[in-house]
Amino acid sequence: MAPGLEHYLILSAVLFSIGLFGTVVKRSAVLILICIEIMLAAVNIALVAFSRFITPVELTGQLFAIFVIVVAAAEVAIGLAIILALYRQRHTIDTKKIDLLKW
Amino acid sequence: MGLQIAFWLLSAIIVGSALGVVWQINLFRAAILLIVCFLATAGIFVILSADFIAAAQVIINVGAVAILIILSIMLTREVTRGSPSNRMGLPAFILVGVFAVCVIFGVITTTWSVSKVPPTEPTTAALANLLLDGSGFVFVIQLSAIMLISIIIGAIVLLKEKE
Amino acid sequence: MSNIPEILIWLIPGLPLVSFGLLLLVVRLFRNRSVWNGYVAIMATAASFCLSIWVLFNIIKSSEILLIPGFDWLTLGNVINVKIGLIVDPLTAIMLVVVTSVSLLVQIYSLGYMHGSKSFNRYYAFISLFTMAMLGLVMADNLLVMFMCWEIVGFCSYQLIGFWFHRQPAARAARKAFFITRIGDFGFLAAIILIFSSTGTLNVMEIHSMAAAGLVSGTIITWATLGIFMGAMGKSSQFPLHTWLPDAMEGPTPVSALIHAATMVAAGVFLVARMYPLFEHSQTTLATVAIIGGITALFAGTIALVMNDIKKVLAYSTISQLGYMMLGLGLGGVAVGIFHLFTHAFFKALLFMGAGSINHSTGTFDMRKMGGLARLMPWTFATFIIGSLSLAGIWPMAGFFSKEEILASAMANQPVLFVLALATAFMTAFYMFRVVFMTFTGRCKSPVKPHESGRIMVIPMVVLAVLAICAGWFNATGGFSGLLVSDKAHGWLYGIFGILSHPLAWISLLVASGGILLAWAMYYKRWISPLKVSSRFWAPYVIFSHKYWIDELYEKYIGQKLLNSGLFNLFNRFDSIVIDGVVNDIANLNLSSGKIIRRVQSGNLQLYALFFLLGVAVISILAMLAR
Repeated sequence: MAPGLEHYLILSAVLFSIGLFGTVVKRSAVLILICIEIMLAAVNIALVAFSRFITPVELTGQLFAIFVIVVAAAEVAIGLAIILALYRQRHTIDTKKIDLLKW
Repeated sequence: MGLQIAFWLLSAIIVGSALGVVWQINLFRAAILLIVCFLATAGIFVILSADFIAAAQVIINVGAVAILIILSIMLTREVTRGSPSNRMGLPAFILVGVFAVCVIFGVITTTWSVSKVPPTEPTTAALANLLLDGSGFVFVIQLSAIMLISIIIGAIVLLKEKE
Repeated sequence: MSNIPEILIWLIPGLPLVSFGLLLLVVRLFRNRSVWNGYVAIMATAASFCLSIWVLFNIIKSSEILLIPGFDWLTLGNVINVKIGLIVDPLTAIMLVVVTSVSLLVQIYSLGYMHGSKSFNRYYAFISLFTMAMLGLVMADNLLVMFMCWEIVGFCSYQLIGFWFHRQPAARAARKAFFITRIGDFGFLAAIILIFSSTGTLNVMEIHSMAAAGLVSGTIITWATLGIFMGAMGKSSQFPLHTWLPDAMEGPTPVSALIHAATMVAAGVFLVARMYPLFEHSQTTLATVAIIGGITALFAGTIALVMNDIKKVLAYSTISQLGYMMLGLGLGGVAVGIFHLFTHAFFKALLFMGAGSINHSTGTFDMRKMGGLARLMPWTFATFIIGSLSLAGIWPMAGFFSKEEILASAMANQPVLFVLALATAFMTAFYMFRVVFMTFTGRCKSPVKPHESGRIMVIPMVVLAVLAICAGWFNATGGFSGLLVSDKAHGWLYGIFGILSHPLAWISLLVASGGILLAWAMYYKRWISPLKVSSRFWAPYVIFSHKYWIDELYEKYIGQKLLNSGLFNLFNRFDSIVIDGVVNDIANLNLSSGKIIRRVQSGNLQLYALFFLLGVAVISILAMLAR
């Protein structure tokens, strides 16, 4: 039996959950960024799977996947820039120590 | 049958590498595992007959994003410190589990109106038409260009050495 | 009457208002020539005076009441519709002449008295405003406008008593006047509200006609008139709200002459007269008016006996005479009370001007430091004598006739009050001539060399002296009473001389001359030593000279003990414990709960992400259950 839409979606959900867990739990800012990338990849899988199985001719799902990739790249660029700037100023990227915005 | 084997194999690699990213203590290895994950994802795209997306995934995510991340890991010298977790592991795990179960439940219980039509192949020309033929997404392309420009400028401004 | 253009009547209060605007609101109009401020105010008042005289003659000729409907001023739905309109009836016409003439003379006098004083423009501006408000008060045809003018008058009085506000006593006296009249005003306002709620109108004429038609219940009329009378008591300084008037003497003397002798304090009497058709329906109120008037007359008279400050004597004398007017109103009717108001305005203003003139040359108000001024200040002496005779009620001065009317109506109605009035007449004569003898005869004890005041001050005094003699003859033909009430008329010769055929006239003359003779014996001939008298009758002397301890009662017991440390303290504690307490507790609750809850805002982004995740999980569970 060839894998159907459900398989891809479940794969996507599992991948997304792993990314989410990492985002919440990891203390290193760079790793949080990595986990976000994983989540975006999961979204892409879902989008492309929808495109393949529900609208195979129109390709809109793939189109959205392209935009997601573009935004993800931009996000990584700016995110890393922020992390570097932060590191320069505070010599750490541990989220436990970056908690000035409180009370 | 080959498709099936490919799917399960790639799925295993994706989930495994993603878990590895989260589990892995060494930051550098985590980044390498991210590349593996991205490559396997590109494989999934190939199975889904999205050749252009697969190529874009390899070029952009593996070639640019992952390299950028590795570069920044080196610049921040965080490798030595590893990748410790905070103390929210258990609640986060429970909540993520709940979330995943719900989503999977939703996926399984929904009846998807799967189309029987064979997919368009190759997709590059079709996507180009869709993006640039004026009836659809030209404006969004322009917006993406502006966004990228501003991101570049923003990153430069952020990282410029203060006099 | 109909031949008077309305605009000219509006100009009567309008001109002083314009003058006020010019002097105070157009700042520093005559910066370098401050005396011009006075000229502007005087010209405005003079024009108003001419118009008032003209109105009075028209009224006498046609004896009609002119009602000017005016214009809508305040319309709230169909509940309240206040029009600013004017009444011009004989009462108004007389008051117009009294107010404008005294105001005019006082302003001219002030040119001399206030010479060289700073803030000339403030002085004249407030006198102008006062004149306008007083004119508005006597002309207004509805209670609300009346009340507003009433308050403006009080405000001007406050401003002018405290004209030298840098002096502590003046500032205190101004405050005191304001507060105490405010107690009365509360009654007036309550009465206005009561009247409005029961009749639905504020127009005086409509109220009168409704009362006459019996549409208003007797109880309401009684309460309303009592409230109005309370306002009149405050303004006219009747017992027990009289304490502010003697203190008000801290103001410039011309102001005392205008406001605190001739016009504003008479506003209370006027108010009662204006609302008299309402008062007539309540015997209770009329009796109250008469009794309060009688008590005030006697009570203030006794205090005036022992005061040493010339202005204080005059102040208590004013209170006493205002009591007389109230007595006349309560027993005899409008004509009797207003006639005394009319004559009193002239001779009391004259006496105040005399006192001011003396002060101007000797620099003191203390009679013990004066003496022998008769030769040095002949004009002041002559006019002061005329004023005193008039006040004492000696034939044929103005005061004789008006007092006679009051005594006659008292005798006819209330023997007890008649005796009170007669005793007051005796005391009036005595203390006025005590002033005259202490001030003008004997050795001069003044440290500075007294001199006669300038022409600008003497001329108004002479004019007022003439009026103080003649004003009473106005009623000789019954004209005054005829104007206000009935139409009995007789020849003027009979009016002036024929009154002597009544035994009552002789009685009152006898009493007055008795007072004068006693004063003469004590203070001129010194047959009887005042010191011996005061030690012989030490008990009344002490009581009188302490003004019955009423100031102390008010300030110490009512003010300090009852209100300050009693009631207000209670309020204060209620405020700080209950009201502040509730507010503080709420604030503290927020503060302490905030202290706990703010821990959530740890600044740790991932914790926020966790909460976000919690929300997502809950939503997805709900979505799952909803399927």
